[in-house]
Amino acid sequence: MSAIDGEAVAGLLATVLPAPVVVDRMVPLTGGASADTWSLDVVDAAGGAHPLIVRRGAGRGGVSLGLDARLEPLVQRAAGNASVPTAEVIAIFDDSVLGTGYVMRRLSGETIPRKLLRDPAYAAALSRLAGDCAAALAAIHAAPLDRLPAMPELPAAEQLDLLESLHRSIGQPVPTFELGLRWLHDNLPPPGRLCLVHGDFRMGNFLLDERGLVAVLDWELAHLGDPMEDIAWLCTRAWRFGGRGAVGGFASREDFYQAYGEVDPGRVHFWAVLSALKWGIICQLQSFVHLRGELPSVERAVIGRRVTEAELDLLLVLEERHA
Amino acid sequence: MLDERPTASELVAAVADFLEREVGPALDGRLAFHTKVAANALRIVERELAAGPAAAEGDRVRLRELTGSEGDLRTLNALLAQRIRAGELPAEDPALRDHLVRSVLSRIAIDNPRYPSLREAEGYWPPLP
Repeated sequence: MSAIDGEAVAGLLATVLPAPVVVDRMVPLTGGASADTWSLDVVDAAGGAHPLIVRRGAGRGGVSLGLDARLEPLVQRAAGNASVPTAEVIAIFDDSVLGTGYVMRRLSGETIPRKLLRDPAYAAALSRLAGDCAAALAAIHAAPLDRLPAMPELPAAEQLDLLESLHRSIGQPVPTFELGLRWLHDNLPPPGRLCLVHGDFRMGNFLLDERGLVAVLDWELAHLGDPMEDIAWLCTRAWRFGGRGAVGGFASREDFYQAYGEVDPGRVHFWAVLSALKWGIICQLQSFVHLRGELPSVERAVIGRRVTEAELDLLLVLEERHA
Repeated sequence: MLDERPTASELVAAVADFLEREVGPALDGRLAFHTKVAANALRIVERELAAGPAAAEGDRVRLRELTGSEGDLRTLNALLAQRIRAGELPAEDPALRDHLVRSVLSRIAIDNPRYPSLREAEGYWPPLP
């Protein structure tokens, strides 16, 4: 990740804050595997301090499931306008000096799942998280389509084809994945209504403080699709972080479904199978980005062995149908 | 396996211990995290050195039966994948499911024996002989 030009950022922010703007501090943050993210503090001409985040859509590491970096802030903004708790996007850039990305307000809170699930400080926030998340997700799915930027449409059939071709491109056959792909082709649901889908709605992308959900983060996998996809992804075993409760490790299906509204369990089950497979294929792709020497890293190497976890989860989801 | 001490497994364990106990605590942030990941990778190798041969042999035996073919593990896995894809082995086939469950359970014992879904798996598939 290359450094961000501080003067260029100050110049950009001078168009939305009282000018001149002085950059006080700028440090890189770890986190999102596919975007580079910086924490930024600026002071405007009136002495106002602004804690901000700069996110650039560079280096997607070969795994191109994400949105164009120009679309992500537009979607995040549209979700905010549709009453989804999000960080306010204050500037969007796309030029040769800064690259492509955006600046948003830095909200305080915690995102680390294991901390949120175990630290007693968040007990109250966790107890209301089912309601908070269900309300946020219902708002995402109700966002008016005519206020959204032009986005990729990825209903079930398209996603299945995409996943299959990604898996085939690796050239390492996994019989369990093949079983999953076969099952998905045989059980494809009929097309339904398209709505805004977050695409990565889970612990890790929820910013919480002691009182509850502050913001839904990371909109880079947003698309138009089946609302049941987000529910199934949230229930994926990989995102329970050892917590109790099928929904994200923090809630029961009954509580969450009731707070969300209308849920189609058959479609959720289809997407649960697809989600387990998708996570497995993402792990496989990440490790091959290392194995092919594109972006060598011990973290990417080891994630290849998490394919086995996804295989187990896929077999478990397939069993659940009989329950 | 050679008759030497330390064994390959003991050497790998010694390096993992070193990373966990001495290197990790001296670092922070990204490097501390990657040191943990590196130690975890060595723990996988340690378990595979011990349990890998039996897991591979179990896979090979069942794959030969399922496919009626001979070959190494990679060849047989590719053949099985291709048969499932072609619909020659139905997704519901009990022998296929039985093989996949046994294969995955023997590999997860190597890759991540503390994976939380294993508790749930015991409910569906009690510990296998």
